[in-house]
Amino acid sequence: MITSPKVETKNLNLYYTENQVLHDVNITIAEKKVTALIGPSGCGKSTLLRCFNRLNELIVGTRIEGEILLDGKNIYQNGMDVVDIRRRVGLIFQKPNPFPKSIYDNIAFGLKIGGMKNKSRISEIAEKSLIDTGLWEEVKDRLHTSALDLSGGQQQRLCIARALAIEPEVILMDEPTSALDPAATFKIEELVTQLKNSYTIIIVTHNMQQAGRVSDFTGFLYLGKLIEFGNTNILFTRPKEKLTENYISGRFG
Amino acid sequence: MNIRNITDKFFHYFFLVSGVSAIGILFAIFVMLAMNGLQTFTDVSISQFFLSTRWNPSAFGEPSYGILSLVVSSIMVTLGAMVIAVPLGIGTAAYLSEIAPPFLRETLKPVVEILAGIPSVVVGFFGIVFLGPLIADVFNLTSGLNALNGSILLAIMALPTIVSVSEDAIRSVPKDFKEASYALGVNRWLTLVKITLPAASSGIVAAVMLGIGRAIGETMTVLMATGNALQMPGSFFDSVRTMTANIAIELGEVPFGTTHYFGLFAVGLVLFFMSLAVNLTAEHFTKKYRRYRT
Repeated sequence: MITSPKVETKNLNLYYTENQVLHDVNITIAEKKVTALIGPSGCGKSTLLRCFNRLNELIVGTRIEGEILLDGKNIYQNGMDVVDIRRRVGLIFQKPNPFPKSIYDNIAFGLKIGGMKNKSRISEIAEKSLIDTGLWEEVKDRLHTSALDLSGGQQQRLCIARALAIEPEVILMDEPTSALDPAATFKIEELVTQLKNSYTIIIVTHNMQQAGRVSDFTGFLYLGKLIEFGNTNILFTRPKEKLTENYISGRFG
Repeated sequence: MNIRNITDKFFHYFFLVSGVSAIGILFAIFVMLAMNGLQTFTDVSISQFFLSTRWNPSAFGEPSYGILSLVVSSIMVTLGAMVIAVPLGIGTAAYLSEIAPPFLRETLKPVVEILAGIPSVVVGFFGIVFLGPLIADVFNLTSGLNALNGSILLAIMALPTIVSVSEDAIRSVPKDFKEASYALGVNRWLTLVKITLPAASSGIVAAVMLGIGRAIGETMTVLMATGNALQMPGSFFDSVRTMTANIAIELGEVPFGTTHYFGLFAVGLVLFFMSLAVNLTAEHFTKKYRRYRT
């Protein structure tokens, strides 16, 4: 079914102190496709998402078993550079979180930290990533004003531009539209559809219509287990599992 | 009128009176300071007062009332203290809020805050019996009671304020910023220096200002540790007399109502405006940082 896996988890278990949050998750993420993770609150979908760029390990008391393969290499292996992984796997957060800096500096930051010194090259990349996220026309005259003055939707697109600037291979999105109004949500969804031409995208959402609109594959999680995974159209129309059917038909949530 | 109404009225007026009197007393002190201080200028010209470096009110024939060397001494000792206390304080605050494991932070922060409670006379005593001889020894001086000694002691005294307030500021930086930085592949050190500290900068500036406020008004410690020579300081190894120390030394002996007496009030008035400026700056930045916390 999935011919070119970009990311794969193998028997992934995650514990937070005494509690087991993820149970034996095996999921395959196709390259340059959009994979949605759905499920009720607390099912572990955001936790799973943050495993893909090792952001979970910032929380004291988190323990992980199993493997996550990125292009066939286990990112949890000893000796893997977490900085390198995070530059290859970007993350967009639920709440837009631009830095309290100018619009331009928000994008330039990741590049400068990565060692890029050439100013004109940085401006070029900044412009390109703002064009790619559809922000350029809206902000080109005020690149050096504070990013915090942008609207919520613009902030979120800036965060996406910031992630794109360092040219990741995979983009993780953690309910990227839950803090936005319908119009801004529409723009982000459009953007996701465009971005999948160049990037592998994993999006967590509790909006099932959104999963239906933007994703090629969908995984349904419940109580830390991957209940069902498959082609989005099939999963939403002919789910194999009773639990999936109950969830997508709105019988619990 | 029933009992409840009466108690209500009583407490209303009780708090009104206590609130008004607190402000009233402070205002009265300011008025007294200003009224006495300003009388200096009936005898002394404003330019002599501010620009002359000679403070010698009891000289026979021609007394002089120049406060410049006192002001310079105060500023020098305070700035010296900040050079030591600011990097140390921000470093400690960053360690406590970002790096130290929680149990260590919970123990260390109260300990640092307790340091603020050490009486200034004890700190001054420490300066005389320990730090003074040490400085004299290390730098090969005849006496260790000098500006450097005062600066080090004031740094110790300002440290708790700076650490405590900056730690709050650093810790209240939303974790969203830090996570965003980590997600871009930025390591912990660069996240701290490039994201967290700049985001906390207004709180940190407020902390430094409060530290300066504490140092510039400190009297007993500098009186004991700096040697109190009336001269324009040339270096940190010189003995200096700060504005506060000068008032403390002379006010007990000065004849009431003389120009010298009024002059000391004028010195106090200048000190008041200096520390007011520092506190207003601190307040300005604290407000900015409160707004930012949301």
